[in-house]
Amino acid sequence: MTIGKPLPHDSAPLHVTGQARYADDVPLPANALHLAFGLSTCAHGTITAIDLSAVRTAPGVTAVYSAEDWPNMPDCSPSVHDEPLLAVGRVHYVGQPVFLVAADSHLNARKAARLAKITYAELPALLTVDDALAANSRFEQGPVVWTKGDAATALSRAPHIVEGSFEVGGQEHFYLEGQIAFALPGDDGGVSITSSTQHPTEIQHKVAHALHLPMSAVRVETRRMGGGFGGKESQGNALAIACALVANATGRPCKMRYDRDDDMMITGKRHDFEIGYEVGYDNTGRILAVEFTHLFRCGWSQDLSLPVADRAMLHADNCYHLADVRIESHRLKTNTQSATAYRGFGGPQGIVGIERVIDHIAHAVGRDPLEVRKLNFYNSNGTGGPGTGRRYGGPNSPVNSQPQTTPFHMEVEDFIGHELVAELETTSQYQPRRAEITAWNATSPILKRGIALVPVKFGISFTLTWLNQAGALVHVYQDGSIMLNHGGTEMGQGLNQKVAQVAADIFGVDTAQVKITATDTAKVPNTSATAASSGSDLNGMATKAACETIKSRMAAFIADKHGVPVASVKFADGQVKVAGENYAFAQVAAWAYQARISLSSTGYYATPKITWDRVRGKGRPFLYFAYGAAVTEVVIDTLTGENRILRVDILHDTGTSLNPALDIGQVEGAYVQGAGWLTTEELVWNAKGTLTTHAPSTYKIPACSDRPRIFNVALWDKPNREDTVGKSKAVGEPPFNLGISALYALSDAIAACGNGTAYTALDAPATAERVLMAVQRQQGHV
Amino acid sequence: MSQIAFLVNGTSVRVAADAPTRTLLDYLRETKGLCGTKEGCNEGDCGACTVMVTDDSGSKALNACILFLPQLHGKAVRTVEGLSSPDGTPHPVQTAMVDHHGSQCGFCTPGFCVSMATAHLNARTDHDTVLAGNLCRCTGYAPIIRAADAAATQPIPDWMQTDAFNVAQISSGGAGGEAPPLHVSPTTADELAAFYAANPDATLIAGATDVGLWVTKQLRDLPKPTFLGGIKDLQTIETNGDTIRIGAGVTIESLLQAMTAPHPSFADLLRRYTSLQVRNAATIGGNIANGSPIGDGPPALIALGATLHLRQGDTRRDMPLEDFFVEYRKQNRLPGEFVEAVTIPKTAPNLRCYKLSKRFDQDISAVLGCFNLTLQAGTITAARIAFGGMTGTPKRATATESALIGQPWTLATITAAAKAMTQDYQPMTDMRASAAYRLTAAQNMLTRYFHDLNGTPVSVLEVQP
Repeated sequence: MTIGKPLPHDSAPLHVTGQARYADDVPLPANALHLAFGLSTCAHGTITAIDLSAVRTAPGVTAVYSAEDWPNMPDCSPSVHDEPLLAVGRVHYVGQPVFLVAADSHLNARKAARLAKITYAELPALLTVDDALAANSRFEQGPVVWTKGDAATALSRAPHIVEGSFEVGGQEHFYLEGQIAFALPGDDGGVSITSSTQHPTEIQHKVAHALHLPMSAVRVETRRMGGGFGGKESQGNALAIACALVANATGRPCKMRYDRDDDMMITGKRHDFEIGYEVGYDNTGRILAVEFTHLFRCGWSQDLSLPVADRAMLHADNCYHLADVRIESHRLKTNTQSATAYRGFGGPQGIVGIERVIDHIAHAVGRDPLEVRKLNFYNSNGTGGPGTGRRYGGPNSPVNSQPQTTPFHMEVEDFIGHELVAELETTSQYQPRRAEITAWNATSPILKRGIALVPVKFGISFTLTWLNQAGALVHVYQDGSIMLNHGGTEMGQGLNQKVAQVAADIFGVDTAQVKITATDTAKVPNTSATAASSGSDLNGMATKAACETIKSRMAAFIADKHGVPVASVKFADGQVKVAGENYAFAQVAAWAYQARISLSSTGYYATPKITWDRVRGKGRPFLYFAYGAAVTEVVIDTLTGENRILRVDILHDTGTSLNPALDIGQVEGAYVQGAGWLTTEELVWNAKGTLTTHAPSTYKIPACSDRPRIFNVALWDKPNREDTVGKSKAVGEPPFNLGISALYALSDAIAACGNGTAYTALDAPATAERVLMAVQRQQGHV
Repeated sequence: MSQIAFLVNGTSVRVAADAPTRTLLDYLRETKGLCGTKEGCNEGDCGACTVMVTDDSGSKALNACILFLPQLHGKAVRTVEGLSSPDGTPHPVQTAMVDHHGSQCGFCTPGFCVSMATAHLNARTDHDTVLAGNLCRCTGYAPIIRAADAAATQPIPDWMQTDAFNVAQISSGGAGGEAPPLHVSPTTADELAAFYAANPDATLIAGATDVGLWVTKQLRDLPKPTFLGGIKDLQTIETNGDTIRIGAGVTIESLLQAMTAPHPSFADLLRRYTSLQVRNAATIGGNIANGSPIGDGPPALIALGATLHLRQGDTRRDMPLEDFFVEYRKQNRLPGEFVEAVTIPKTAPNLRCYKLSKRFDQDISAVLGCFNLTLQAGTITAARIAFGGMTGTPKRATATESALIGQPWTLATITAAAKAMTQDYQPMTDMRASAAYRLTAAQNMLTRYFHDLNGTPVSVLEVQP
């Protein structure tokens, strides 16, 4: 069995020696051109004059392009045609590409791009959600509203109500490898692209469209990315299109990579947002009804904002049963970078909203937020252990045995929150530590500690149902070596290793015998983005199908040769076992080849069971949910707001893990990234709409010492009830939400500064500044 | 034409000295085809380009993206490709990084491996400090630290110790080349003084941790780049009676080590002065002369009562350091005049330096407060308080100091004096902090100082889980 082994990332030996080749490391032909965009310095305005003469005469410059050069300006949008490659007449944000330079070096292209003289007639710029709401500047005609039950009536009957609103900032992906692509012109008018992208098919589609070519004339390859996190789902389109256009025009290879500052100025980030809430609850803290208003700042173009905002609505419940609920979502159009996919894809925004509500109610009823969380959990539907009250009449038993549904009317069939949280509560020693922290705080005037346990339930499947498909291509060569391609892309998550483990498991060979090469649109067509945590679910199953096909042919062949039933043939330990004989896998492959048996197959998978009507907000958008929970302990300084994460305990559900080492790596990394989002990572725009945090000198992702001193991560290693590959569960995004526990641990520490009368109302990112402001509110200074 | 000679992974290379602001990163990737060294930010903040550079002062991790080729003359560079033995045996940190799942996307990994191997060679196990300048977005660092711990138990491989030997040969002319043109790299302070007086338009480059960005980010062409790294007589730290004289060419990392005993709070501050890669290059003279409104060196030095030594040709003058900073990015410095040294007292037991930034490590201060009060029989008899980040220059809090001097050492005194801080500073709002927060935090730092000297725990870093 190779499934379930904690093997290292397949490229790890290449990573540590510097041999792993990224797009910028591929040698280019000597006559290659290097491209750079010239960027808008105006948030919203009409271009009144554009003088590129100094750009054209700058050293090394071969060509310069602006709107007038391309009457049919190519479009870069992944959704609607609202993202011209270069600004046409009007600019919509500071950082928008206005012109394109091709030069003999990266440095010369960058230098030339600074030499333009562009004047703008400024138009009013909408920079905030409030600006956009006031101007009714939005995508879609009006807000999207989903309801279940009757929230207004239930609120009017609720004995207690709290309401509030809060802001949570966006997040820069800060993939260590910036955006990059290069294009090699073909001899037949076609083009071959290498791109650091999570979505090669999208690049292929957009390049084909820009060049008026059939998709078959465009080939896109992606060997690996130096990080993606959603930032390379659509944001690489512009670079690939620019390279393809210039390569096509000049006949020369073209490469474009964004300098880090340009990358942060041009590309989209996680949506920042504001959430308003009104919640009715009983004396114990049980939620009776809730109304949410989501205000999403989407930026200048639509990009993926609609499904992102949808997913926030789809996670507005997290682990809590909301009987009467109304969610109103505004997708606001502003003159800022177009917010885009980012790990969790809106889900974290939805979850942080309901967790705020829980935290607020807990304060109002004077209970530990963990008690209020558990009180509001969905019922369990399991077949054993705690939480099987629906069958046994236990403490979590519902009043009636009707299945509980999400706010989007999907039955929650697989809720394991009761058991998982109970185990984590014990292993993390949550209760004794909370008591100890309370006692410690009483003796510590300046430093205060806080603790919080936050669970997560995360829906797995693309909400755009047709994306839930995948393909694979498997070849067994006559020497027994195996070549595998699938539609997923490798961005560090170890997808290729997991998929290789699936293939090796089926053929009964060592994982090292399975070679996976670059993701290539010429090998597997019509792929979905490697996104929505779906990579191993989809591509693992497609690969399994392809391998099973070949294996069944080999088995039938060898069974026939020995006159035994096909079912009696076993593939294990690098051998094929049949009729008491053990043959090397390579031997059987050679024989099958000589017997003219095809040893190549595609495989295909489409996720079953899912249906979704996003307009009405009804259906089953997800095949299953992935669960987890984290306990975070923090300390704050009440004089400055400085804070540290002291300890984190995590229990996370990956089903039956395909590779526990890679899965734990995903969980650890996701936690730190999630905590970074809500603490130190602050994006700041000035009054002119210019992003002022556009480099790591000003935008602070967690550094080494920000990791928790004590970091205990365990996997909830029980099989997925759905028929996924190896009974595993997706792991990319769900644990990102575990970082939310850091925010509420800070809230807990801040609460220790007051007398309990005021709610902490901590916004995010909870920088030292925001923490100090909240502390001062507790102390009655403000 | 003169050439720059150095070693790359043990092999001697010579580069024409005609492009003095070409970075080592570009040279490695574009000329040598050594693409293991990555460009992550091109400004020395992410560490993906970390290389190990060995000279007669030892082996150091440096950021190749802001390291100009002339700075390497006579030194040995080891990149990630050079960490394995010539026969391909991996370095212990490489093995440990694989075994402990320390890489995911792998893009930051070469930089981490070089930082870790350099620390391993120097027998350093303070991983948080050594790796503060290497950003990873995938792993959350935990597995990298596990790898570093595991590698620490392994012996230093033989092949990692050859650079020091080979460098000695370069320095003695054994394997080296001709010196680069004199005008770009003087070797004595006298030489610099004569050259700079005659060429006041020259660009002085010590560690290039700031000047590097003029090239990589502002895309400027630098007039007469003049490299100071070879001026040994500016790199000394001398104790004379009650004072310590620190040469302008002393790196921040060397200063950190030297301050650990006499001024531990200053040393703690310097530990948070960007990253090890930058501290290994940046100099205290550069930090002062560059006139940053933030610091982090000057506010601490001002609180210590530092005297600045300036030199123009053969003319020298001294001034209290605070008088050097005139206004935002404007210093009391004549054309052709340079910082030669700074002198501080040997003892200041009440010095405390408080750095406030969004991220603890490797961040620019939002507010930096340095406090140095003299207490006699319960009364404050002298006060030196200086802040960075509160106005256009590092500046003393003279009104606050006045409100403290002569008063009893009580919380009431502190609270009253903190109010005077509004006369000292009207801070601004920027991407690091708001004006209101800066002022409140600065005032609260005075309160922290009171509790700190009285022995009450005031730092979140003191709390262990």
